[in-house]
Amino acid sequence: MREVLRLDDVLRLPRGVRLRFDEVRVTHVLLAPERTFDLDAVAADVLSFVDGIRSVDDIVAALSEKYLEDRAVIEHDVIGLLDELCRKRVLDR
Amino acid sequence: MNASAPELPAPIGLLAELTHRCPLRCPYCSNPLELDKRSGELDTATWRRVLSEAAALGVLHLHLSGGEPTIRTDIVEITAHCARTGLYSNLITSGVGGALEKLDALADAGLDHVQLSFQAADAANAERIGGFANAQAQKTAFAGRVTALGLPLTINAVIHRGNIGEVDRIIDLAVALGARRLEIAHTQYYGWASMNRAALMPTKADVDRSIQIVEAARKALEGRLQIDLVVPDYYATYPKACAGGWGRRLINVTPSGRVLPCHAAETIPGLEFWSVRDRTLADIWTSSPAFMAYRGTDWMLEPCRSCDRKERDWGGCRCQALALTGDASATDPVCVYSPHHARIKALAAAEASVNAAGSYVYRSFSLGDRPASAASPAGGVS
Repeated sequence: MREVLRLDDVLRLPRGVRLRFDEVRVTHVLLAPERTFDLDAVAADVLSFVDGIRSVDDIVAALSEKYLEDRAVIEHDVIGLLDELCRKRVLDR
Repeated sequence: MNASAPELPAPIGLLAELTHRCPLRCPYCSNPLELDKRSGELDTATWRRVLSEAAALGVLHLHLSGGEPTIRTDIVEITAHCARTGLYSNLITSGVGGALEKLDALADAGLDHVQLSFQAADAANAERIGGFANAQAQKTAFAGRVTALGLPLTINAVIHRGNIGEVDRIIDLAVALGARRLEIAHTQYYGWASMNRAALMPTKADVDRSIQIVEAARKALEGRLQIDLVVPDYYATYPKACAGGWGRRLINVTPSGRVLPCHAAETIPGLEFWSVRDRTLADIWTSSPAFMAYRGTDWMLEPCRSCDRKERDWGGCRCQALALTGDASATDPVCVYSPHHARIKALAAAEASVNAAGSYVYRSFSLGDRPASAASPAGGVS
């Protein structure tokens, strides 16, 4: 069974997963094996901070600063999104 | 939405059947019974143009398929062109023959993902099904190189009576090979699989057991192995949205350049297919008679026409409707609302009850080719 995501986990996009702007549909997409995730602007921003260096905690902090939101407000949603993508093997930790 | 709706969605995926040539001879091959010859295959420049047009049209995923795509001498150049145009390239390969030799160059060219087929977990059974000796060792070596190069690996196993007892071992094999994804894909009965249906059809009990095994493994392996399950539709209640709906998401280009809404569409008589040799992909997508024929819902008859599922499954599969009812506009008889549904279920049960190992008509370029080795000692299924 899988461990849930922790704040000190460092995530990265593995080879075979690409963040791209789809100019035809005018949206950000995450391309992965046999699947495409349509991303809203916020989800695209979250993923843009996934770089193999920042921890989940760092990503929450960066987003908190960027959106001028208290981190308690966004932490749950950010971790939820990242955890879901890990579960689907789209992100590696 | 109807065929003339201005908001025609852009296609999301393109299956490029680069060649029908393949070392394997799987009796469920999704290629048509009449295979395109090498002499009729599109050249490199035409594929480059098609890929560029696909990217501009909105295609995101480009599936490099066949046949065995690595047989093409220009497979590296074609893959590199995917990378240049931003297309996500997915190599769908058997991993045998010259595939391994080209793999490093493909990775360097920007290949995004590899989908490798296994015919079974047991080597002897796998090689009997694929009709190709020493395939398993080659596939295992190929998988090892894929993961060593850091490429994501999907294992694809087509399931039928000859390997349905190995689903648990196939899952173990995918884990051992370092796959991130596994497709347990029950056979879809078109083309070669339709010809071999009586030798391939599993029993309902075996299907149910295989689904339970997959569901348990999904939980146990969550976060390690993503398992996608394609269920066998003869035993289903509702049909699948074939290719996500006719002319809605996918484009199939044959080795000689004909453009199809799905890989089996040429089995439907009277459809007019356009070729990339004569027209742009955008023109074909929006206006080809074959794409227009069953796009949207205007073509539907009852019980589809008034059904609230019609924009979920889009009437199911046109090729299956034709093959089993004689009418490509009929509701897919897999659907519980089809008047043919009971007959299809009975047919599947009757074929599955023949307790014999598969005696296959192996895929070949000549239908007359029925090798003696194909016959199983357990006796044929007529």
